[in-house]
Amino acid sequence: MSAAPTAAVHPREHYLNVDYGIRSWLLTTDHKRIAILYMISVTVMFFIGGIFATLIRLELMTPAGDLVTSDTYNKLFTMHGIVMVFFFLIPSVPAVIGNFVLPMMVGARDMAFPKINLLSWYLYVIGAGITLYCITIGGVDTGWTFYTPFSTTYSNTYVFGSIVGILFAGFSSIFTGLNFIATIHKLRAPGLTWRRMQLFLWSNYATGVIMILGTPVVAIALILVAVERVWHIGIFNPALGGDPVLFQHLFWFYSHPAVYIMVLPAMGVVSELVTTFSRKRVFGYEFVAAASIAIAVFGFLVWGHHMFVAGISLYSALLFSIMSYLVAIPSAVKVFNWTATLYKGAISYRTPMLYAFGFIGLFTMGGLTGLFVAALGVDIHVTDTYFVVAHFHYIMVGGTVMAYLGAIHYWWPKMFGRMYPEGWAKLSAGIIFIGFNVTFFPQFLLGYLGMPRRYHAYAPEFQVLNVMSTAGASILAVGYMLPLIYLLWSLRYGEIAPANPWGSTGLEWQTTSPPPTHNFEETPVVTEEAYAYDKHPEMEFVA
Amino acid sequence: MSHSTEAGTVPHPALQVPYRDLDQQRETATLGMFVFLLTELMMFGGLFCAYLVYRTLYFPSFQEGSKHMDLAIGAVNTAVLICSSLTMALGVQAAQKGRSKAIVSWMAVTLLFGCTFLVLKGVEYYQHWRAHEVPGLGFDLASSTAGVDIARVQLFFVLYFIMTGLHALHMLIGIGLVTWITICAGKGRYTEGYHNPVENVGLYWHFVDLVWIYLFPLLYLISRTRT
Amino acid sequence: MWTDFPLFPARASNFADKVDPLYFFLIAITVFFSVGIFLTITVFAIKYRRSVHPQAEQIEGSLAVEATWSIIPLAIAMVIFVWGAAVYYSYGAPPKNALRVYGTAKQWMWKFQHPDGQREINELHVPVGQDVAVTLISQDVIHSFFVPAFRVKMDVLPNRYRTVWFRPTRAGTYHLFCAEYCGTSHSGMIGWVMVMEPADYETWLASGAEGSLASSGDKLFRHFGCISCHRADKGARGPDLAGLYGKEVHLQDGTTQIADENYIRESILAPKAKIVAGWQPIMPVFQGQVNEDEMLELIAYIKSLQQNPLNVNPNAPIPDEEQRKRNPQVEPQVTRP
Repeated sequence: MSAAPTAAVHPREHYLNVDYGIRSWLLTTDHKRIAILYMISVTVMFFIGGIFATLIRLELMTPAGDLVTSDTYNKLFTMHGIVMVFFFLIPSVPAVIGNFVLPMMVGARDMAFPKINLLSWYLYVIGAGITLYCITIGGVDTGWTFYTPFSTTYSNTYVFGSIVGILFAGFSSIFTGLNFIATIHKLRAPGLTWRRMQLFLWSNYATGVIMILGTPVVAIALILVAVERVWHIGIFNPALGGDPVLFQHLFWFYSHPAVYIMVLPAMGVVSELVTTFSRKRVFGYEFVAAASIAIAVFGFLVWGHHMFVAGISLYSALLFSIMSYLVAIPSAVKVFNWTATLYKGAISYRTPMLYAFGFIGLFTMGGLTGLFVAALGVDIHVTDTYFVVAHFHYIMVGGTVMAYLGAIHYWWPKMFGRMYPEGWAKLSAGIIFIGFNVTFFPQFLLGYLGMPRRYHAYAPEFQVLNVMSTAGASILAVGYMLPLIYLLWSLRYGEIAPANPWGSTGLEWQTTSPPPTHNFEETPVVTEEAYAYDKHPEMEFVA
Repeated sequence: MSHSTEAGTVPHPALQVPYRDLDQQRETATLGMFVFLLTELMMFGGLFCAYLVYRTLYFPSFQEGSKHMDLAIGAVNTAVLICSSLTMALGVQAAQKGRSKAIVSWMAVTLLFGCTFLVLKGVEYYQHWRAHEVPGLGFDLASSTAGVDIARVQLFFVLYFIMTGLHALHMLIGIGLVTWITICAGKGRYTEGYHNPVENVGLYWHFVDLVWIYLFPLLYLISRTRT
Repeated sequence: MWTDFPLFPARASNFADKVDPLYFFLIAITVFFSVGIFLTITVFAIKYRRSVHPQAEQIEGSLAVEATWSIIPLAIAMVIFVWGAAVYYSYGAPPKNALRVYGTAKQWMWKFQHPDGQREINELHVPVGQDVAVTLISQDVIHSFFVPAFRVKMDVLPNRYRTVWFRPTRAGTYHLFCAEYCGTSHSGMIGWVMVMEPADYETWLASGAEGSLASSGDKLFRHFGCISCHRADKGARGPDLAGLYGKEVHLQDGTTQIADENYIRESILAPKAKIVAGWQPIMPVFQGQVNEDEMLELIAYIKSLQQNPLNVNPNAPIPDEEQRKRNPQVEPQVTRP
């Protein structure tokens, strides 16, 4: 127990001030700098995707299509999906938080393949550039799902260019996953056995496995679409004997596991937040770790649940439905374990913990509505309606985005040596939570009422709920703008953070904030399991 | 930025951040290559899946397509690639013994075989083009066999060109990698203690060979003789 | 009450009565677990906040607890799965005596044709209380036939007939939406399903029909020259099509196939793909010459052809007695969507 705490100071030299030149950033192999580069890029893409969402919600305030033309609207929802899925959700937690924190959590100096890590960022930027270029010269209107034969034969927009952009993002993702797997397997510090690893590592390991197994399949599916489009030959073209449903199989074989790429790292973040802000180890560590792996494995076996009305056989529909229920169980187990972790903890209400609470609640709702769409009989009615839109936004926005924001706030002191302003942060979290629910809850009702998705104009009886949704979106937008402002403010004016403001047992906190380029002065040796708060009463919450 | 090694020793010039010793680096790099090859397997896997689905649905048309494959070139190319894998393995063995001259020789022969493959493939593609068997470039094929639909034969050829084309692209990349290894070996970079890049390029080369060993029977052989 | 409340769609088909109870059960489960988790977190967060509970108690876990909260949700999930599967199964193949309607979806409209000849665009009249089977195909991209009040949805594919069926239970007018994004006017590809009392439906049917689908198909059968080869006499160069629909056809490669809509369509557009045993592959290809509307008329015509017990190729070996005695009047088999 120390005496009155002295004011925190930054270490003299750390990874940010070791070199200031632009080349030192653009040619860096330091995983922490690459993570910051990613943070800037994904933030830009998030706000671009958000602008599309704003325009969509504005259009949907009235039943008639009176703000933009139909073609423009179709491009808006397509590009919202492409930008958010491929250029925000998939890289967000892994490439920003994972890249920064993962090597430190294993006690290593860097990722296994630092140059490939930098390459991965450049691939992302090139992909984003190509996609943004396609957006500015006219856009694409196939839906982010690129269903054939519309995308191969009928669309008059920049399908090929968009596909190339996505391919680059896909390879970026593959290299990130490759780095994660190799780093966790081979670079763990002495004493860090698998069962002593922090749960964030288990989640990102499972994510890496999905990235490397799933992404190549969507790459080939999109390459086939591009080839068919450019050379007018038929693979999915029914007039030439091709099967358009085959595209759906190849596409969803990746795109379903992709949603686990989006949610598993977020779950890993939540595990870290819940333990740190309850000052105790997680309830059922092995079960939470095993659940991550189970989700990754089962996640590959359910893709057909996107195709229940698309023309698959009864037998495959039954199989995919039952597998979809099986994959829900490990997610439920995690939610229960996190909740049980709170029991008899010493809970603090800091902003990261509020985001963790938000995640658990909203992910639970999103996951439970997954039971609706996995039920064959109900899915016939709700598939391709706003019900599904609400379901996946609950998980991706109510889940992943909240966890991402929680992670940003939690590791902000580690990354920049500054504290964010707690009052503003709490306020933003509250605004986001409220705005989110007002935006997306009405959409469940709209879906069951029968409003189809991707509709530019809709039947008048759907208007009330749509207006509610748009009102919520405007609140949500405010909620997202605030962190952008105060986090940037804190870089200059924020309180200087101590090395370990949260008193966390995590290995990444056992070095300075910000850390030196080489992370640890001496290679750490791990002698105990993760979250051993009872063995470290000296670790105090000082923030 | 120097990193700690045994007191007083100079780190091996090939030792990279963040590894503490060459062993760890070697194991990790090999793991990385295996994981990368797994992604390649998934990629080709998607194409194999499409091929097998359509072959099951449109067997007579795919059989017809197979009949138009040049068995001679295909067989020679298979032999060429298998030999190239042999010479590659011998090159890796030479690397493990630290014999730079032998590495260069074996890699040069491997390169020769690889280029031979690509040349023969080019000849084969040219033949297909002359025979109007290239979809999108004047595809024109006639068949009076029952059950054969020309549109579906075209589907066979589309898959043939994409699968072998993707394979040829990987061969080209492999040739680039082998060239790089050869140059580095010529400069004496590889020793008994450090030759992992040669092994990993070998892994890549063998994988690309393996893909061909699946492509050849699937495209050229299995549908040919059944009536 | 619920159907007046603007939060719930009308319930107007046999399926709606099956789907909604499952939906309500799912809502109950969702509310139970959501409220449960919300409340538990809130209670724990307040009761164990740092200021009143500064010392956390380390609890490793409990196998019994983990098993409980794995097995119970699994059991609930299996109940939902079986229930959902049962509902899905009931959608299955249309009943044999269903009223048949044919339709094509194209960018961006729905065209329906009743066998009696009534043609509709973006509107579908059906009688209440009777099974209706709608066979659909797309002329271009994938669309989806969605009637929320019926709880019915089926993707409509190019080059492949699929059939959806329902039994309307309440007269009224209900939305028809396209539910698979299909381009510019996807949200404009909407219409109405008019469910009428049987008497009104008969009246509507009788008015304005231009001749049945089958009679239009008859005209096309001659126009395209099908009649020149597909005859019952010795000079026929193709099999006689009388009684073909629903029959098992023996193909040259030894396999058999039921002659349904998809088989007939393929035989017209890609005749060389499946050759009937004992016949030469000489039928010309009609791809690009017959559009989807005409295709439906041809199929309706072929379905209407009378039973013919003999289907003999004069060049083939004499069929055995079994084959000759085969072919009693068969109910048309409609394939599963």
